[in-house]
Amino acid sequence: MQVTSRRFKEGAHDALHDENIQKAFSKVKSGFPVARAKTASELPEFEDLRDQARDLKDHILGNLDYYLEYFEDQVLLQGGRVHWCSSYAEAREVILEICRDADAKTVTKGKSMITEEMGLNDYLQEKGVEPIETDLGEYIIQLAHEYPSHIVAPALHKTKDQVTELFHESHEKYGFKERLTDPQALVNEARSILRDKFVAADVGITGANFLIAETGSTVIVTNEGNGDLTQSLPKTHIAVSSIEKVVPTLEDVSLFLRLLARSATGQEMSVYTTFSTGPKRMEDIDGPTNFHVVLVDSGRSDLLGSDKQDLLRCLKCGACMNHCPVYQAVGGHSYGWVYPGPIGAALNPHMVGLEEARHLPNASSFCGRCEEVCPVRIPLPKIMRHWREQAFETQVTPKPERWGIGIWAFFAKRPKLYRLMTRISARSLKLMAGKKGVVRKLPLMKGWSSVRDFPAPEGTTFMDQWKKQQREGK
Amino acid sequence: MSASSVENKKVALFVTCLVDLNRPSVGFAAVKLLEAAGCTIMVPEVQTCCGQIAYNSGDKESAKTIATQVIRAFDGFDYVVAPSGSCAGMIRHHYKELFDGDDTMMVVVEDLANRTYELTSFLHDICGYKPDGVQLETTVTYHDSCSSLREMKVRDQPRALLGAVEGLEIKESEDREACCGFGGTFCLKYSEISESMVDTKIDNLLASGAETLAAGDLGCLMNIAGRLKRRSAPLKAMHVAEILAGMGDKPGIGEGEN
Repeated sequence: MQVTSRRFKEGAHDALHDENIQKAFSKVKSGFPVARAKTASELPEFEDLRDQARDLKDHILGNLDYYLEYFEDQVLLQGGRVHWCSSYAEAREVILEICRDADAKTVTKGKSMITEEMGLNDYLQEKGVEPIETDLGEYIIQLAHEYPSHIVAPALHKTKDQVTELFHESHEKYGFKERLTDPQALVNEARSILRDKFVAADVGITGANFLIAETGSTVIVTNEGNGDLTQSLPKTHIAVSSIEKVVPTLEDVSLFLRLLARSATGQEMSVYTTFSTGPKRMEDIDGPTNFHVVLVDSGRSDLLGSDKQDLLRCLKCGACMNHCPVYQAVGGHSYGWVYPGPIGAALNPHMVGLEEARHLPNASSFCGRCEEVCPVRIPLPKIMRHWREQAFETQVTPKPERWGIGIWAFFAKRPKLYRLMTRISARSLKLMAGKKGVVRKLPLMKGWSSVRDFPAPEGTTFMDQWKKQQREGK
Repeated sequence: MSASSVENKKVALFVTCLVDLNRPSVGFAAVKLLEAAGCTIMVPEVQTCCGQIAYNSGDKESAKTIATQVIRAFDGFDYVVAPSGSCAGMIRHHYKELFDGDDTMMVVVEDLANRTYELTSFLHDICGYKPDGVQLETTVTYHDSCSSLREMKVRDQPRALLGAVEGLEIKESEDREACCGFGGTFCLKYSEISESMVDTKIDNLLASGAETLAAGDLGCLMNIAGRLKRRSAPLKAMHVAEILAGMGDKPGIGEGEN
C-alpha cells in the first residue's frame, strides 16, 4: 500500500481538526483500556502469563527456522501446501496463481493485516479477481476505499452517519433502497449481502493469529464468525501469515489466547477461535478441498538478532494503541502505513524506511503506557529511542534539531559556561515576564509558546542562590 | 526523625536543570525536607543536567559525556536525590543502557543507580519521614508524572506525605495516570499533539474541583501551568516539595507577583 508516513505532522494536524475523528478516537480510552484492566485484574496470573509469553516468544524467535520447517512438514502431512515468500510481490503472485488455478471470480477475505501490508486487494482487483472483505469493519473501509485506522477495529474512524451514507450509496445495486440509521439494521443489511458472497466465493483468504508447528494448523480469532465462513465454504482456503506467527504446540497457543483477547478488547476470549488443519478429509462434512499456507517474510528475518528483534513478539492485539495518548489524539491514519500507534512507531521505520517514517518514533512523549500493557512486554519506547539514535547518527534528523541539541549539549558538558548561560537566561526571562509571571512569546521556542505561556524563572538560579547561602555561612 | 536510618547520611541533591533555572524554591524545599528527615545535604557544583534531552533526541554520545560528568560529580555520597522522577529515572535506569557493554563503567553506573532516588519516595520509603506541623488549607489534585509512576514506581508516597499536611484534602482526577503531553522536546516538536494531550489532562484536573495541582516533576508542571495560564484557567500549580516544606502559600508556577 501507499506509504504516507512522511506527512505525519500534516496528517496529525488534519486529524486534530476533524470533529469526527476526534469523537471516534477520544472514545478509545474509555472503551478498550477499561475492559482490559477489568479482565486482566480478574485473572490473578495475568502478569505471570505475560512473562511466560515473552519468554516463549523469545524461544521461538531463537529457533524460528526449526519451528517453521516443523510446521511445513505437518501441513504437508495433512495434505496442505506451504508457499515461502520473501517479498510482498512474491506473495501476491503466489496468491493470484492459486486463485487462477481455482478459476476464481470472487474471493472472500477474513481480516488480515499482512494482506493489508502487501496491498493484496488492489492487486487482485487489477488482475480481475474481486476480493470481498467479510469482517464488518474491513467491509466498511473497503467500500470507502480506505485502510484500517486500528488493527483490531479497522473502521474505528468511521461514524455511524458515515456508514449510513456509505451503505445507502453502495447497497442500492443489491436492491436495498432505504437509508438505515439503526446500527443493528445496518449490520443486518451487510450480513445479508455478505451471505451470498460467502456462498458464491471460489477462494477464501484469511490471515493467521497463530501457526501451530506440531499440528500444522492455522488459527484465527474473530468476533463475527466471518472467518469461519471464509475458510470453510469455498473450495480453496489460503491462510496468509508472516513467519513469526508460528508457535510450537497446541498448549502454547492456549497461553497466548489467554492474553490476546484480554489485551485487545478486554474479552476473556474472542467469540470465535477457529483452528484449520489441512483440507477436508473423507469423513468431514465441510471444509475446503485445497489448503494453502502462504508464509511471508518481507523484512521480518532481518530483525532477528537485531536490537529490534523484540518487535517480532507482537501478537497484534492493539493494546499499545488503545492506551497511547498520541494515537488517541491523532487517530490511525496519521501514521501513514498499516500499523498505527506505538507498534507502528517502532515497526514501520523498519518496514518502510527510517527516512520515510522518521516522525513516528519521534512523535512520542515516552510516557511508557504501551510497554506497561503489551502482553508480550515489547520495550516499545526503547525501540523508538533506538530509531532516534539511528536517525541522529545517519543525519536523518533535520539539521535545526541536530544543531539545537548540539548547542545545548555544548553547554551542558561545560558546567562553568552552563552556569553563565543559565544565569543570563534566568535574568532575561524574568525581565521579559515583568510582573506577569509568564512570557507569552518565545521566538526561539515557538513550539512551546504557540500553545502555552512560559512560566517565568524566579530570576536567580538555584546554584547561584545556594553558593551565596554557603558563602554567607547559612 | 532522630531515629531515622538516614541520620548523618551524606545526601547529594541532584537539583535538575529545570529547578535550577526556573524554580529554585523547589530545590530549597527539597533541602529543607531532607534536612528535616535527618540527612546532611550537599550540592555538587559540577552538575548541569542528567543528559536526558540528548538521550531522547538520539544523541547518545553527548548523553554519555554528560552522564559521565554526573557519575563523577555524585561519587562518594550515600544517596543521590532529585526532586524529579524523570531525572532520577534517567540516572537509575537509563544510564545502564547508555553504557551497555562497557563492564568497567557498568560497575560505577550500577552503584550510582542503586543510590539514586526520587524525592518523595526517598522521604517516605527510606527516611520514614512525615511532615510535622505543616499546614495548608487547600484541596489538591496530584498529577503522576510518567517517569515517576512507571520508571520509579512512585504513586502512593507523595499522596501519603500530602495526606499528613494539616488542612489539605486530596481530590483525585479522572485518568490520573495519563501523560500531560510534556515529553521533553516532544512538546516543542509536536506542539499540536502535545496541546491536545495537555488539554485533556487539564479538563480532567479542573473537573476534580481541586484548587491546587501538585506534581513531582517540574517539566509536567511547567507544561500544565503554561497551558493553564494560556487558557486563563484557575488552578494553582505547585511542586509537591514546596507544599510539603510549608511553602504552599507562595505564588504558583507561572503566577506573577501581586
